[in-house]
Amino acid sequence: MADDASKPFAGLADVSISEDIAVEGDISVPVGTSRRDEELSTLDEPVKETVLRDLRAVGNKFVHVLYPKRSSALLRDWDLWGPLLLCVTLALLLQGGATETQEQGGPQFAEVFVIVWVGSIVITLNSKLLGGTLSFFQSLCVLGYCIMPLTAALVVCRLVLLLANNAVSFAVRLLVVSASFGWSTFASTAFLVDSQPPNRKALVVYPVFLFYFVIGWIILTFSP
Amino acid sequence: MASPNDLQFQEFEEAAQLLSSNPGASTLSVSTSNNSVSAEGRSEEVKLDLSDEEEAEQESSELLGGQKPTGGFWTFEYYQSFFNVDTTQVLDRVKGSVMPLPGRNFIKHHLRSNPDLYGPFWICVTLVFTVAISGNLSTFLIEMGNPAYHYTPQFHRVTVASIVIFLYAWLVPISLWGFLSWRQGVERQVGGYSFLETVCVYGYSLFIYIPTSILWIIPFEWLRWTLMVVAMVISGSVLVLTFWPVVREDTKPMAVSTVAIIVALHSLLAIGCKMYFFQTASHISPLPPTTAPIQIDTQTTHFGSTLN
Repeated sequence: MADDASKPFAGLADVSISEDIAVEGDISVPVGTSRRDEELSTLDEPVKETVLRDLRAVGNKFVHVLYPKRSSALLRDWDLWGPLLLCVTLALLLQGGATETQEQGGPQFAEVFVIVWVGSIVITLNSKLLGGTLSFFQSLCVLGYCIMPLTAALVVCRLVLLLANNAVSFAVRLLVVSASFGWSTFASTAFLVDSQPPNRKALVVYPVFLFYFVIGWIILTFSP
Repeated sequence: MASPNDLQFQEFEEAAQLLSSNPGASTLSVSTSNNSVSAEGRSEEVKLDLSDEEEAEQESSELLGGQKPTGGFWTFEYYQSFFNVDTTQVLDRVKGSVMPLPGRNFIKHHLRSNPDLYGPFWICVTLVFTVAISGNLSTFLIEMGNPAYHYTPQFHRVTVASIVIFLYAWLVPISLWGFLSWRQGVERQVGGYSFLETVCVYGYSLFIYIPTSILWIIPFEWLRWTLMVVAMVISGSVLVLTFWPVVREDTKPMAVSTVAIIVALHSLLAIGCKMYFFQTASHISPLPPTTAPIQIDTQTTHFGSTLN
C-alpha cells in the first residue's frame, strides 16, 4: 500500500528535483496542446468574427423578446449591449421635436437615458428588495431588451408622422404604441415573474407596467 | 378517538394534553367545546403576547417602529426589512388610506408595526407621472379648438412634479417626526411614532390624489374644486386621525397648532399642484390680435417725435 502510494510520487519527485529538465512550456495536462491551439485561434481570428459573435448573441436575444417563451438565453447569458443600442436609438429618434422654448418640448437626449437606465435600476432594486432571485444585471438585461417593441413603435410613429399629422395618424399611433406597450410588459413579466416570491408578484409587475407606460407616453406625445 | 382531535388541534399543546388524558368517546363533544374555549383562550393569550412583544420592540428600537433590522445599515438585508409586505397587505393599506374611519388609527390598525417603504415610494412616483401627464392632457383639451396652439409634451413638468412631491413626502415627515420627538422629550405624556411609520402614513395618504388628478383632466372648474375638497378631506382626515391621539396629550395650543399645520401643508400641496399643472381656460387664452397693431403705431409715433 505504501509502495503503491509512493510510486507516482517517486516518479514525480525525480522529475521536479532534477535540474536537467527545462522549466518552460505547458502545464502537462493530457489535452494541453490542442487547448493551446484553440486559445491562440480566438486571438488570431479576424475582428469581424469577434464582433459578429457578439452581434449574433444580441440578435438571438432580440428574437427571444419577439417570441417570449421561458428560455434561459436572456437570463443565463445576459449582456447590456442590446439595452444600450435600444436606448441610444430611442433617444436619437426622440430628438427633433419642434418647440417654442427649450423647456416646453419633449425629453432631451440625456433625459431619455436617465429615465431608461435609472428606471431599470430602480425596478431591479425593487424586485431584489422584495425578495427576488434574479441577479442585478440579469434583471437590467431583461428590462432593457424588452424596450425593443416600443423602439419599433417609435420608428413606425415617425414614419406615420412623415405622412400626416392629423386625428387619423394619431389614432394609428395610439394603436401601435398601445400594442407595443402591452407586448413589452407581457414579455418582461414572462421573464421576470418566475423568480419572485408568489404573493408579491403584483408588487413587482406594477413598476414594470409604470415604466413601459411612461416610455410609451413619451413616444406617443412626440410631435415634430 | 384521540387522533382526529389531535390532528385538528395540534398547535394547542394544552388541548392535546387534555385529550391524551381523556381518550373516551364521551369526551368528544366535551373536548370540542373545551377545545373551542381553550382555542379562544389560547388565541387571546396569543394576541396578548403579541402586543407585549410589540410594545417591547417599540420601546427598544424607536427609530424603526419595532422592526429589528437584520444587520447594519450597510447590508442589503437591512433595507430588505423595509419591503417585507405582500400584495394583499399593500392593497389593504391603500384601502385604509382611502376610507378613513374615525377611531381607526392608520398606523395602529393597518401598519401594525410593519411599516414599509414600497407603498410611499411607488405612490409618489405614480403621483408624479399622473400629475404631469394629466396636466399635459388637460392643457391639450382646453386648447384643442385654438388653431394657434401647437401641442408640446411639456416634459419639464415631470421634473418639477417629482421635486415637489418627493420633497413633501420626505421632508414633512422628517420634520414632523423630529418635532414630535422633541415634544416627547419635553412633555412626557406625548406619544410618538417611529420615523418609518410617519413616512409610511404620509406616503399612503397621498394615494387619493392619484385618481383625483386623473379626474382633473375634465375641464370644469367647479368639478375640479369639488374633487380637490373631497380629496383633501379624505387624506387630511387620515393624517389627523393618525396624529391626533399622539398630540392630544400635549398642551392645547401646541396640539391644535400641530394638527392645523399638518392639514395646512397638505392643502398647500393639493392647491399648488392644481394651480401649477392644471391651468384654467382663462389663463391660457391669447390676447386678441386687434390691439397689438394699435400699440405699435403709438410707440413708433412717440419715438418719431422724440427723435425730432
